[in-house]
Amino acid sequence: MSATETRPRLGRIGESVRRSDGTPKVRGEFAYASDLHAADMLWGHTLRSPHAHARIVEIDLSQAVGMPGVHAVLTHEDVPGRKTYGLEFSDQPVLAIDRVRYFGEPVAVVAAEHPEQARRAAESIRVTYELLEPVADSERATEMEPLHPDRPTMGHGYRDDPRPNVVRHMVIRHGDPDTTGDVTVEGVYEVGSQDQAFLGPESGLAVPDGEGGVDIYVATQWLHVDRDQVAPCLGLPPEQVRVHLAGVGGAFGGREDLSMQIHGALLALHTNRPVKFVYNREESFTGHVHRHPAKIWCEHRATRDGRVVCVRMRILLDGGAYASSSTAVTSNAASFALGPYRVDNALIESTSVYTNNPPCGAMRGFGAVQTCFASEAQMDKLAAALAIDPVELRLLNALAPGDHLPTGQFVDGALPVAEVIRRTAALVPPAPEELPRDPIRLPGGAGNTTRGEGVRRGVGFAVGFKNICYSEGFDDSCAARVQLHADGSATIHCAATEVGQGVTDVILQVARTELGTDEIALAPHTTASVGSAGSASASRLTWMVSGAVRDACRAALEERERRGGGEVDVERVHHHRPTTPLDPETGQITGERAHVALAVAAMRAVVEVDVDLGLTRVVWVGTAQDVGKAINPQAVHGQIEGGTAQGLGLALMEEIQTRDGRIGNASFTDYLIPTALDMPPVAVDLVEDPEPDSPYGAKGVGEPPAIVSVAAIAAAVRDATGKELARVPIRADDICL
Amino acid sequence: MRVSLTVNGEPRKTDVWGGESLMYALRERLDLPGSKNACEQGECGSCSVLLDGVLVCSCLVLAAQADGHAVTTVEGLASDDGLHRVQEAFVAAGAVQCGFCTPGLVVATVDLLERSPAPTDDEIREALSGNLCRCTGYQKIFDAVRLAAGTVA
Repeated sequence: MSATETRPRLGRIGESVRRSDGTPKVRGEFAYASDLHAADMLWGHTLRSPHAHARIVEIDLSQAVGMPGVHAVLTHEDVPGRKTYGLEFSDQPVLAIDRVRYFGEPVAVVAAEHPEQARRAAESIRVTYELLEPVADSERATEMEPLHPDRPTMGHGYRDDPRPNVVRHMVIRHGDPDTTGDVTVEGVYEVGSQDQAFLGPESGLAVPDGEGGVDIYVATQWLHVDRDQVAPCLGLPPEQVRVHLAGVGGAFGGREDLSMQIHGALLALHTNRPVKFVYNREESFTGHVHRHPAKIWCEHRATRDGRVVCVRMRILLDGGAYASSSTAVTSNAASFALGPYRVDNALIESTSVYTNNPPCGAMRGFGAVQTCFASEAQMDKLAAALAIDPVELRLLNALAPGDHLPTGQFVDGALPVAEVIRRTAALVPPAPEELPRDPIRLPGGAGNTTRGEGVRRGVGFAVGFKNICYSEGFDDSCAARVQLHADGSATIHCAATEVGQGVTDVILQVARTELGTDEIALAPHTTASVGSAGSASASRLTWMVSGAVRDACRAALEERERRGGGEVDVERVHHHRPTTPLDPETGQITGERAHVALAVAAMRAVVEVDVDLGLTRVVWVGTAQDVGKAINPQAVHGQIEGGTAQGLGLALMEEIQTRDGRIGNASFTDYLIPTALDMPPVAVDLVEDPEPDSPYGAKGVGEPPAIVSVAAIAAAVRDATGKELARVPIRADDICL
Repeated sequence: MRVSLTVNGEPRKTDVWGGESLMYALRERLDLPGSKNACEQGECGSCSVLLDGVLVCSCLVLAAQADGHAVTTVEGLASDDGLHRVQEAFVAAGAVQCGFCTPGLVVATVDLLERSPAPTDDEIREALSGNLCRCTGYQKIFDAVRLAAGTVA
């Protein structure tokens, strides 16, 4: 019997599979972007602005260019093509031109033989700055001097706002916003800026091809859009810029924007040598966009029997110095501001502004995290005011297929809101643990700060939802190419980025299922051999990749059947059903839908809080999540547990601290993320209610846990302390002072 | 300067600049990039190695300090027969997502099980609290440690 015959069948759709990249990762052999090496390689380093807002008077490179090992020192003058780039608006300079708008903005880049030589050369560049008053307060941004006087965001089909520093302003007007209720609750909520804090720092290798073009190997979320931003700045046609996926050490939205791509390519083309960049952790904090800090004003009105009849909300998002994806975050925050509840009347105003704070863009949850925190706190306030159980109040108002969103969109897909609420409520938390106990299981942990005195238990409940796939007429697609070989094996090409979420296994599971074979190879993820897959974001990739690979596999089988055998090579592009923009004045749909589909999760959190010291320990979390169909259940559980940890971080510890725009805690010493001691057990119940339009019924699963956990944990701390706690992260002095 | 050390059982020599960390020397000079560069300041544990059998962050040790000493990196754990049981358990339990923290966690777990073959859950959490993971929420990592220790309930 041969080895092939005894090998177990590899996983199909719906089966937990062993990660295809698991073995190289545990052996330390998986090649991350920072592990790349090329013969004759130089090291790049970026000189960054120490100021949040300043005019550049002079840049003196004279000392740097002559330093040992240095091969190139470049500024904006050396950018041969377009001087700016951006995901939605080309408003961000490749290298600062006449002013810097945020702390850490790239000003010059250096290539040298050794990374320390590059760092020292960058340090020796003398930049003369004339300091300008920073726009640091988002609430005053529209009264300050414009940071982008040429107004790159105007005239793009959004509501044109005459005030300076507005990235996007929108209003959703639904029903009669003057409707009154029997009970009204108000609140003003704040969310701090969270960092994606992926562990693999921004890194990449740019290699000149000797014919004027360049190959860029980089950790990114969207190969084709990287290329489309990079090529114009290099003054090259897209085909001369090939972007290849290098191993990605986590992303969470922070790799949607460019980091070293253009800088590396510029230096590589300038020196005709491969150039590698590896950011250190401090630099990583300034090297990518963050979650938008938000301030949210809410008024919820309900009848005495608990029906929410009207909600008025005003959302202010600090977009930082450049637009990135702020326009879409603004809309998402507004679209999901009410939570998954049936509310017939609403007025939602959502605004993102330019400031001199760190640029903000995509992070897991994408606007819905901030508004979920606010609206779920409001639901608890209503429950208290009405003396109705908080879970019952949510069930009473639960949105369901057949209802309408505040944008007027009819909910026609799967959306089991009541089901996730009931199933979460059915998850039983552990009974309170007796005292005395090991201090590691008390707030303060090994710090041994209490024996249990002053410790109070609290329980919180929350529900959160958001869209799956892109929205508002941004109808993305995903390509996959299938080669069937004469020996019965197949090769799949797909540019989908594996960022750790496990999309590689989804591709393989779909291909095995459709082709009925285990003999499947996955070609490298690259722009060179297949069309765009779109990005790893918006909880979209499982859906889109499943569709593209399924369609291409089926087409390949048909083609082989038609030809009667032989080699077949077929590429197919999968589209979700179309969306259209929201009306710029009313925020109402202009076609059938602005969002493709929705996903919901509920969570119950149990905490213990030392109210004397303000220290919190999360004891237990239980969650039921609407996943459509779990393609790889083990990976789905991993996404839910990981998303919960990130939400715990925002609820209790994570915030980028800025003062006049300068980051004060750009390290893992000062910016704390949850450790093994901070994370509680997570009870997970998967609710499989297939999405009618999605391949195999699957929905993305990464974002809902990061949305709902912030609200649930904050609610639990409120329950333990009796305090309003209208701001996350909740600080010790918010509790005990 | 020239340093001589034993890496994964093999004698190795390399030239280093005096300011280089052991992590840099392993990754860039000895072709062993398994030890990862996530924070380079001893906070995340991604670069964990065993130095003369003691768990250290290789970013906090100068390459020159390792002269004459023995280093075990994640690349030295598997044998010709296959993965180390800790490595196998991490893959089987789904403890790997992006994997950037994985080498450090694998090395830290090997160290833990060496000291405490059947650790309690509290011991596991405390022992791994110096290794940051941003993807998994740690639950599947705990599962992997229990699986490797043979203490799965």
